[in-house]
Amino acid sequence: MSSRTAIQRPATPAGRTASALDERLTISAPLRRTLNKVFPDHWSFLLGEIALYSFIILLLTGTYLTFFFDASMQEIVYDGSYAPLRGIEMSRAYATSLDISFDVRGGLLIRQIHHWAALLFVASIVVHLMRTFFTGAFRKPREANWVIGVGLLVLALLEGVFGYSLTDDLLSGTGLRIINAIFLSIPVVGSWLSFAIFGGEFPGTVIIGRFYILHVLLIPGILLALIAVHLLLVVKNKHTQYPGPGRTEDNVVGKRMFPVFAAKSTGFFMVVFGITAALGGLVQINPIWLYGPYDPSQVSAGSQPDWYIGFLDGSTRLFPAWDLYIFGYNIPPLFWPTIVLPGLLFTLLGLYPFIEAKLTKDRAHHNLLQRPRDVPVRTAIGAMALAFYTVLWISGGNDLIADKFDISLNVMTWIGRIGLILAPPIAYWIAYRVCLGLQLHDREVLEHGVETGIIRRLPHGEFIEVHQPLGPVDAHGHGSLQYGGAPVPKRMNHIGGMGRAIKGFFTPLEEPPARPVTSEEEKQAELTGSGRPKDPEA
Amino acid sequence: MSREDLVTLGGKMDGVEVIYSEQPVRPGSPAERRAERQVAAAFAGAGLSALAFMVIFVAWPWQVETPGGGYDLSALYTPLLGLMMGLALTLVGVGVVLWAKKLMPYEVTVQDRHEGASPEIERQTTAATLVAVGNATGIARRTLVKRSLGFGGLMLGLMAVFPLGGLIKKPGTALFETPWEPGMRLLTLGGLPIRPADMRPGALQTVFPPVEGGARSSDGVAMLIRLLPNQVDEFRPRPGQEDFHWNDFVAYSKICTHAGCPVSLYEQETARILCPCHQSQFVATDGARSIFGPASRSLPQLAVEVDADGYFVAKSDFIEPIGPAFWERST
Repeated sequence: MSSRTAIQRPATPAGRTASALDERLTISAPLRRTLNKVFPDHWSFLLGEIALYSFIILLLTGTYLTFFFDASMQEIVYDGSYAPLRGIEMSRAYATSLDISFDVRGGLLIRQIHHWAALLFVASIVVHLMRTFFTGAFRKPREANWVIGVGLLVLALLEGVFGYSLTDDLLSGTGLRIINAIFLSIPVVGSWLSFAIFGGEFPGTVIIGRFYILHVLLIPGILLALIAVHLLLVVKNKHTQYPGPGRTEDNVVGKRMFPVFAAKSTGFFMVVFGITAALGGLVQINPIWLYGPYDPSQVSAGSQPDWYIGFLDGSTRLFPAWDLYIFGYNIPPLFWPTIVLPGLLFTLLGLYPFIEAKLTKDRAHHNLLQRPRDVPVRTAIGAMALAFYTVLWISGGNDLIADKFDISLNVMTWIGRIGLILAPPIAYWIAYRVCLGLQLHDREVLEHGVETGIIRRLPHGEFIEVHQPLGPVDAHGHGSLQYGGAPVPKRMNHIGGMGRAIKGFFTPLEEPPARPVTSEEEKQAELTGSGRPKDPEA
Repeated sequence: MSREDLVTLGGKMDGVEVIYSEQPVRPGSPAERRAERQVAAAFAGAGLSALAFMVIFVAWPWQVETPGGGYDLSALYTPLLGLMMGLALTLVGVGVVLWAKKLMPYEVTVQDRHEGASPEIERQTTAATLVAVGNATGIARRTLVKRSLGFGGLMLGLMAVFPLGGLIKKPGTALFETPWEPGMRLLTLGGLPIRPADMRPGALQTVFPPVEGGARSSDGVAMLIRLLPNQVDEFRPRPGQEDFHWNDFVAYSKICTHAGCPVSLYEQETARILCPCHQSQFVATDGARSIFGPASRSLPQLAVEVDADGYFVAKSDFIEPIGPAFWERST
């Protein structure tokens, strides 16, 4: 065809390579579209990126750890470098975990980076989820991506549990015992399920091997696939953006993917990786050699799971000792806080976009985010959920709090039980009122202007505060600007009125600029309460 | 067309328009040179840190040398590696971000979104094609094929799950039994039998059944407790278990009836046993009844007596399942 014969021959080697690629892949248009893709810029959009980066770190460090770890429960006598445990019987899983820590050069660093990255992975998912929730980013057309995100969170929790169960030290073995008890507590199939998973009665000889393959193959595989879909959907739907000048439902305002956005993201990945690496080296985590090998007859006081399971530990501690018997069959109290509660919580979380759409009858397409204050009910529901979660989470460490603050353990348990019922409605009410207050203040500023902090005394003795209107005003000095869902400047230096902040972190590094002198004429001008010169005819 | 024009044209084809662009520093200005130096310093620092990592990795003494406590240089190995790796990575990141912020143009760009439902012609034609595809197979008309396919698919799906049945192990009576048998001596962790005189009042001894691997037994482990003299009168055995204790000695399963942790903390004065996992509390003088926390059931009691040689023995296995409860566990 004529258009194919007419292509230009580039002169440079790079150009020739590009041309050769395009001749084979017809890639020019998609490549240019990618280079030109606009991504909105806001710090809160980087939270999900942290999760992605931690996942990459986990894949890298995790692969390294598999070179040395042996997920076997075969009992051996430890003969490694760590003297206090030499001669002690332990599983190969624990012994090889110790070897990674003491007999592999740099192994401890990688193990600790892996653990820190796991904590960061879940933490960033949770914070990213909160951002998505409170800004309404889950609304149509992005409900599916919300559901995928909740799935990713659940898988991340499971992945973490399977991971920290592998080392077979006293702490992780105690965790396995509790996991076994949780399986046992499931009605009808509990004992069969537990025996199927553990290959017989607890602890058996296979559970670590089984968790290992789940931890290194099955769940990471699903995570990887879901993350890919999650990102593809973001690209397909384009990212949401906050309301602001020039931003509509039908555009994206921000920066093109290349070079600035890509450079910043790359830099951000490096910083996340760097901080995780520094934590892995400098801040000890999960010192398994201090716990000793798992022994069903021993446990250490203050046994805690990793932070993200803390809320389930808390729910388990708080749940009353309610035994249920149905036709002579038992449903133990453990079943409710460990299976039913998380099942309910994650189901509600996953269904939230549909519930909200149903209740608000909002079927519209949304690309502009909302400020949490503008949706007080949703924000208050979120605050309620967070309060519920926080009480559970704190209760997961209630023995440590009781110990450190010299409070009765039983009192801590009751504080948790009562708090679990009282805290959510209180949080709802506070969040709701705060949202309304912030809304009112935004409108107040739009109507009356920014408080300047300048107090004037009028000739007849009245004191007024001078306000700087944000736009044209009517005869009464009231602004006519409508609230647009975007932040309203509330300080003079937000609108460049007071100059920039003085440099210097602890002490000023520069002289503050001289304040503008108010002219005599201005001083004489009589002002109204809203800071406008008084209308001479009024 | 000039390059700028081509870029603008390309943007237009992609619905992209740069509405504002500004170089953060003037080309050739001192500010630009300073920014360049900062970026270069970050990259060079990253390179030096990575070099330091490699040197430390190879040359620093790394194996733990002092079993007797105290620290030597090897204690700094992991912290130094982490510090250098962290510095190297973070400095690359800082360099790239500085480069992007200070030397690349600041821009505000707008791109159109084309979202929501497709144009009506696309929808109609696609829907028609889909229906045509369905009709071509005749799936809606051919009931026999449809039903047999549904049956086959269902069975194949079940078949795919069935190999998991290989995992199933019959629980049988395993959860109702422990290794204890009548006449078995109570052994310490060290494997020694126990005489009453070995324990002072208020003492607790973790005991194990005398079987192969008994010291790692996850269901046979029990606690032999000698009550304080003033607690002996208060002692209330559970109904039907009045002869399970021997004088002032009582033995209970050590496995918590809630989630299976070993209940490890014993408070002599109050005879309370605390599980450190979820803080269930049991009273040794009250048949190990659960009085606080999430556990709903008492710790099962092991019937004990002293044999002819003066050592503690079990009179029988536990009379109820020990540890966490499950569906088939009646009462």
